[in-house]
Amino acid sequence: MAWGQNISEPCLLKTGIGCPAVSAGDEAEMGVMSTVSSGQHTRPMCYLLLLMILQLGLHTAEGVWPLPQTLISSTERFHLSPQAFYFGYGRQSAAQQGCSVLDAAFKRYFALIFPDYTSGRWNLFSDKNEKDGTLPFNVDKQFTVEVSVDHNDCDGYPNESSSERYNLSVFSGRASLKAVTVWGALRGLESFSQLVYQDDFGSYFVNKTDIKDFPRFQFRGILLDTSRHYLPVQAILKTLDAMAYSKFNVFHWHIVDDPSFPYQSRTFPDLSSKGAFHPMTHIYTQSDVRRVISHARMRGIRVLPEFDSPGHTKSWGKGQPDLLTPCYKGGIPSGTFGPINPALPSTYHFMATLFKEVSVVFPDSYIHLGGDEVDFSCWKSNPYVRAFMQKMGFGSDFTKLEAFYMENIVNITSALNKTSIVWQDVFDYHERIPKDTVLHIWKGTPASYYAELSRMTKAGMRVVLAAPWYINHISYGQDWHNYYTVQPLNFSGTEEQKKLVIGGEVCMWGEYVDATNLTPRLWPRASAAAERLWSDEKQTSNVDMAFPRLQDFRCKLVRRGIQAEPLYVGHCKQEYQGI
Amino acid sequence: MLLLLKFAVLLLTLGLCQGNRQPNILVEDVEDVEPAFEPSRFGSLWPLPQKVKISQDSFKLGSSFRIVDGKGSSAGSSCNILQNAYRRYYEYIFGGAKRQGLGKNRRSAPSELTELRVYITSADSECDGYPSVKSDESYDLSVVQPFAVLRAPKVWGALHGLETFSQLVYEDEYGAKSINATAISDFPRFAHRGILLDTSRHFLPVKVILANLETMAMNKFNVFHWHIVDDPSFPYLSRTFPQLSQQGSYHPYTHVYTPADVKMVIEFARLRGIRVVPEFDTPGHTQSWGKGQPDLLTPCYSGATPSGTFGPVNPILNTTYDFMAQFFKEISSVFPDGYVHLGGDEVDFTCWKSNPDIQKFMDAQGFGKDYSKLESFYIQKLLNIVTTTKKGYIIWQEVFDNGVTLKPDTVVHVWIGSGTNEEMSKVTAAGYTTILSAPWYLDYISIGQDWRNYYKVEPLNFNGTEKQKALVIGGEACLWGEFVDATNLTPRLWPRASAVGERLWSSKDVTDLNDAFNRLSVHRCRMVERGIPAEPLFYSYCPREYKGL
Repeated sequence: MAWGQNISEPCLLKTGIGCPAVSAGDEAEMGVMSTVSSGQHTRPMCYLLLLMILQLGLHTAEGVWPLPQTLISSTERFHLSPQAFYFGYGRQSAAQQGCSVLDAAFKRYFALIFPDYTSGRWNLFSDKNEKDGTLPFNVDKQFTVEVSVDHNDCDGYPNESSSERYNLSVFSGRASLKAVTVWGALRGLESFSQLVYQDDFGSYFVNKTDIKDFPRFQFRGILLDTSRHYLPVQAILKTLDAMAYSKFNVFHWHIVDDPSFPYQSRTFPDLSSKGAFHPMTHIYTQSDVRRVISHARMRGIRVLPEFDSPGHTKSWGKGQPDLLTPCYKGGIPSGTFGPINPALPSTYHFMATLFKEVSVVFPDSYIHLGGDEVDFSCWKSNPYVRAFMQKMGFGSDFTKLEAFYMENIVNITSALNKTSIVWQDVFDYHERIPKDTVLHIWKGTPASYYAELSRMTKAGMRVVLAAPWYINHISYGQDWHNYYTVQPLNFSGTEEQKKLVIGGEVCMWGEYVDATNLTPRLWPRASAAAERLWSDEKQTSNVDMAFPRLQDFRCKLVRRGIQAEPLYVGHCKQEYQGI
Repeated sequence: MLLLLKFAVLLLTLGLCQGNRQPNILVEDVEDVEPAFEPSRFGSLWPLPQKVKISQDSFKLGSSFRIVDGKGSSAGSSCNILQNAYRRYYEYIFGGAKRQGLGKNRRSAPSELTELRVYITSADSECDGYPSVKSDESYDLSVVQPFAVLRAPKVWGALHGLETFSQLVYEDEYGAKSINATAISDFPRFAHRGILLDTSRHFLPVKVILANLETMAMNKFNVFHWHIVDDPSFPYLSRTFPQLSQQGSYHPYTHVYTPADVKMVIEFARLRGIRVVPEFDTPGHTQSWGKGQPDLLTPCYSGATPSGTFGPVNPILNTTYDFMAQFFKEISSVFPDGYVHLGGDEVDFTCWKSNPDIQKFMDAQGFGKDYSKLESFYIQKLLNIVTTTKKGYIIWQEVFDNGVTLKPDTVVHVWIGSGTNEEMSKVTAAGYTTILSAPWYLDYISIGQDWRNYYKVEPLNFNGTEKQKALVIGGEACLWGEFVDATNLTPRLWPRASAVGERLWSSKDVTDLNDAFNRLSVHRCRMVERGIPAEPLFYSYCPREYKGL
């Protein structure tokens, strides 16, 4: 691609501000809305063909987003009545009534499956019927969704090796959902809820369907940045809801950064009382954090906190004296501060104490340590840092100093039994990092991130890819095409290497995003990435075929109260009712 | 009017390919500006009034503070516009929490402001009328003790003055509502300050339209250009031709504007001093019209037979003009504004060319192969029809470019992004009143602070005499609907449109970007506090973040 060489250069900042948006120049494609008629999609793909047939038929399900690995559906349909609809546990299931995750999910999905019923409109109808005497007894045929899981992990947290595999079969009068874990059962419930549709008279139906499904990648994340703008807890919870609808399973919480430190630390309360935008209203209390983690757990989502250092820490310095490096100008301190001071023992003591707290507060086995975009100019200016360099024998190579710092931090988290995840810079500057560290690619064009993927996996490192999904970059048109057509494994490497790519992440950096515009900017654009990370790439490589499905899914999101923006000209049966 | 701009975007992309640094310069420009959160000496006033003097003396707005009619004002308690506005602004100032009771009979403290007295000074307050392009919107505001005084010749100026007054109020460190002694004398630089919303590409629930009218008032916009119908859908429910929306809307009940809806929008706008200018764009952009009105559109031919598809309005049938006459008669009575927008842009000739009847007609008329003559023929007849309804009309620039004979009071709407200044010169040299939209297509988005680009536009920066420049009555920010509906419209429009709002209201020399950033940041938080999800300019926070999730 011709534009590659030009746009890579100025993209130096991790959040990508300062980089021209990657405009795919797909203006020509904007009008392309036909899907089935073009005749070029006639490869033998049974499920897709079936889906397409369903789309042509009236009043049928438009399918499931992201597309299951195999989905066989027939036109035979079964009526569902909210008064005769039940969730239940299979007799063989390891989890039974009382399983917090599934009990809560049943309640949630009942409301999602029967939106009219729970909004009260249905009651109006049935009351009227009763008064008319037309419904003396319940004539509706019962329908039960029977859920069975192999493991009772109801009280645990999803983790990096949790199985999300499930099988779902819909028959007359019942559906059978089988999964290894409750997390897999949650994915199956989501798929089931998307199979249910309403006809023009408001009746609910589900078609005879058979799904065998599992994610292509284990790690499917969304990054939210709560430092550049504070996001009220409500906005985070709503994002978690929408993540579950697209089967995302990692909430990467970029909780602090230069502009503000909203995390209220138990050990160092000054960090937020001095470093937050406001010490009372713009912080996350411990109970806020617990609420987020619990809300995420209920949806099978891991919460991966990022405490980025040694750069991106301006806000830390306000509440923690001597943590940041004083910058010098002409032999005297200039009054400004740079990255964390790597030359002081007190720094490591502080970091060990902070990460000890973080490792307790956040149950996930990963901690994101950042490590990106460290500016050396302040370190260079500081005579004490330079003296430390001499003492350590680093010469004038400041990447060695950075490596020294990061190694110390990684050792701290290792001692806490946590897996470290770091931005790619840490690997780029010094490849000597523990093998179990996960690397996070954020830079560059397809050409450069493919090269990086090759290098990293060749070194035996596990990798998460974020570079193609910087969704805070907006541009005119259907840019979801760009997120959809990413081929994460299209780099040169062995099969073993490819297995080391554990997933991908959609990043919504916060320069221009807060509670006013987060949701429509994130959805349904992130959903395009979700299908790439969950589904089979061969079955989902065509944007024209994806378009009607994604359009339908977007309306489902709107119906569920998520203000997902439109893909193009058109309408939803139920438009968003807020402003 | 979308195609050409898409092309412009493509050009920009190509520019990138060639290593053209310009887009980068824009971005760097953004980077250079470390957001300066220094308060402006003009507080959070937006758009900046023509003359402002704010002193250091501050007063408290006590619990007994009231907005009242001044004695001798020509508008009294029967003036709906003002009474509604008093309540609205009282609630905005006090955040809805009316602090009743406490010290109701308490004597006001020496530094307390007890009243804002509003005087309408001319004999006719225009309280029961509609705003027009000629409305006097000026006002004078003086905040002194113990009464603040707002004087305006007409209610329209008083509405703006109330907004300004509410922008002067701030919370001191104890949370008490305070205001500094201030003298303001204000009037708009341009008479036509519009926002275009497109309800055809996506249907916008009435609630969304009303919320944006409310926000327009906060930014002193005064024209809602309602691009109500277009190719994709026809949501306007016509009493004369109900089939148009019955067949042409996305859904005949849930995705239409009933006469009551339209009335509500017009009255809501009137109460905020906003005109509603409807656009019924023809002869192109009319695919949805054809569904409910047989024979209105031109049947396209493939070879010698009709292909089953349709093109622009059929200009050769008498029935077309009968229909238009009846239709615009209805429109002229439904929409009270003095102007109706007739569109006339982007007419594609291929369908006309394919149709043998049209070819015959062209020959008979002696148009030869020049289809722009046929277009002019249609527009000419349409303009004559609309003239009989006693309305003025606004048309997109192509109608002028194609040399259609226009009435002298026609308003030409300039939208094409290349050669804009030349077009402005040409249109005004021909003596026509002009509205500028080309630099303000807000549906085009990019990462960064693009409001700066909208802000930097100088509408009169074209070659022309003073007389020509006086013909530019204003501009419009356009938010076309391809990618916008109720889910994302409000944050996409605000505060980016606010930048246009200040350009059109404030004095020409108000161009300090840093000062604008400082004021606009606070103004955006004020909109958020008033329940409008206006998006952020850059990283920062609002004391009260958006809660309407």
